[in-house]
Amino acid sequence: MQEFVHFLQHDVLARISPPLGALPDQIVLLGAILVGAAPIVAFMAVIAMAWTYGERRIAGFIQARYGPNRVGPEGVLQPLADGIKLLAKEDIAPAGADRPLYELAPLLVFVGALLPFVALPFSEKWVISSMAAGVFYVLAFEAIEVIGIIMAGWAPNSKWSLYGGMRLAAQMVAYEIPMGLCLLTVVALAGTLNLGQICQMQGGAFGVGNWMVWPWVSPFATLAFFMFFVGGLAATKRAPFDLPEAESELVAGFHTEYSGIRFAFFFMAEYAAMYVVCAVATVCFLGGWHGPFREWLAPAAGAPTISDLLGKAVQVKTADGAWFVWANLWGALSVLGKWAFWKPMLYELLGAFYLIAKSFFLLFVMVWMRWTLPRIRIDQVIYMCLKVLLPFSLLCVLGAAAQTVFTDWNLLHWLLSAGK
Amino acid sequence: MLANTFTFYVAGLVAVAATALAITGRNAVHALLYFNVSLLATALVFFTFGAPFIAALEVIIYAGAILVLFLFVMMMLNLGSQASEREREWVRPRVWIGPGILAAILLAQLAFALAHGAGQGAGQASIAPKQIALALFGPYVVGVELASMLLLAGLIGAFHLGRREAPASKSLEKGDA
Repeated sequence: MQEFVHFLQHDVLARISPPLGALPDQIVLLGAILVGAAPIVAFMAVIAMAWTYGERRIAGFIQARYGPNRVGPEGVLQPLADGIKLLAKEDIAPAGADRPLYELAPLLVFVGALLPFVALPFSEKWVISSMAAGVFYVLAFEAIEVIGIIMAGWAPNSKWSLYGGMRLAAQMVAYEIPMGLCLLTVVALAGTLNLGQICQMQGGAFGVGNWMVWPWVSPFATLAFFMFFVGGLAATKRAPFDLPEAESELVAGFHTEYSGIRFAFFFMAEYAAMYVVCAVATVCFLGGWHGPFREWLAPAAGAPTISDLLGKAVQVKTADGAWFVWANLWGALSVLGKWAFWKPMLYELLGAFYLIAKSFFLLFVMVWMRWTLPRIRIDQVIYMCLKVLLPFSLLCVLGAAAQTVFTDWNLLHWLLSAGK
Repeated sequence: MLANTFTFYVAGLVAVAATALAITGRNAVHALLYFNVSLLATALVFFTFGAPFIAALEVIIYAGAILVLFLFVMMMLNLGSQASEREREWVRPRVWIGPGILAAILLAQLAFALAHGAGQGAGQASIAPKQIALALFGPYVVGVELASMLLLAGLIGAFHLGRREAPASKSLEKGDA
């Protein structure tokens, strides 16, 4: 965090204008947080809108009907209409509700769904914080969401909400264990907890040869991928594990008593959490930003990066003594005309495209399963986790650890000689 | 550095305030949620000390799993106003004396240690997970093994408690699975 603030002060703000570089740390940090949060929230909103439409449309095709197709061409403006409807709806709270908790719960769920984006890479360089314990960080904020959901289940003082909240808490806490173990399999193979580094080593032939999911990289990771995906379905309460909001018995589960904008928060958080699970699966198992033809755009060693180019363009103006912000902005804009700027830019963009496309494919599979499979019983959900996924994920971790040790002669030698 | 210090003090104050509210709160669910806030603030304190791995573990294990279990039970029981009335009766000033003295001793020790410069400046560098792993399975391997034995005992205990009666389990499990 300190390095980041330092970087902002000296390499960004001071280059734009010296007085800006002299701002106190706290203000720079606060500004960075606000500016950084805005695109994430926007991205979350876009994902939620795209997938509410996508989900209903795909459901329509699966069930041989049309789905929403009236608002705008092919119904693409339907999510917008839904958004306006949700904003305009009356916000009702039950009389017996615990008001502060009732109001806080949707926000907590939303924040829990939002925070993993901080550690989640979008492309090789496009990551907000490339932290050393990135995998654990993402798991940690899955955990915060559970607290919000339990609060949402208890606060409205309603039976349906409480049953939904209880089921979800049991389900999410149980499935976190096999999911964590599946990720640990990848961590053991990759030798790092940094999501970016895990992804980086999965390039291989044609950008697809070395993905963790392929059996020739590690059969344990292949098994772990499918188990992680099943665990992800349960952790994001998607069918066939959508017991917490089983309409036929619990009305709508933990968000029964919520309406209007508060309901919209739960809705957005659900789609964001689905995207996070799919993106983590993509980064850890499906090669993340790697894909065909991307190496052609790879910058040569020593080639100037985007920030170098921008810094240079801005610095020229500073040297002239014209430190006026607009002059520097013009300098920054002049970079846009250079291929040296666009080549690394396209490289990152293609990476982001591959990552998001793969994640969206997994999201599509989630939607596909929801409209195909029937709901299973709650005891079957827990049975599946504790007696099927848990032993096999432990096996995966053991297998991956054995594979790591026995395929790396240096590591084996080091381990054997450690006692001496 | 300044931003880090600032975060540390804010998180520390939040942790102390939330813990105080967790102890004095009469509504059990609210108290647990305050306790959870306190754990999250402690995680942030660890983070500012340069221990992001421990911070993440604190959130996953304490805030995300153990406290969720407590909350789960509390909400299932759904204690009403009767329980908070009883709580009010129990927490009399005379109950506070014992714990108050013990806490005062600890506080005096802490003040003494701080006054004598025992508090070394932490957070100079961020500790990577690899360093923690090397320390755990190097010099502290006996502690790790002892902890795993303890957990195994807990696991077997939980299995024993959760086991069904033998004849019922056979027919039920076939139907369930």
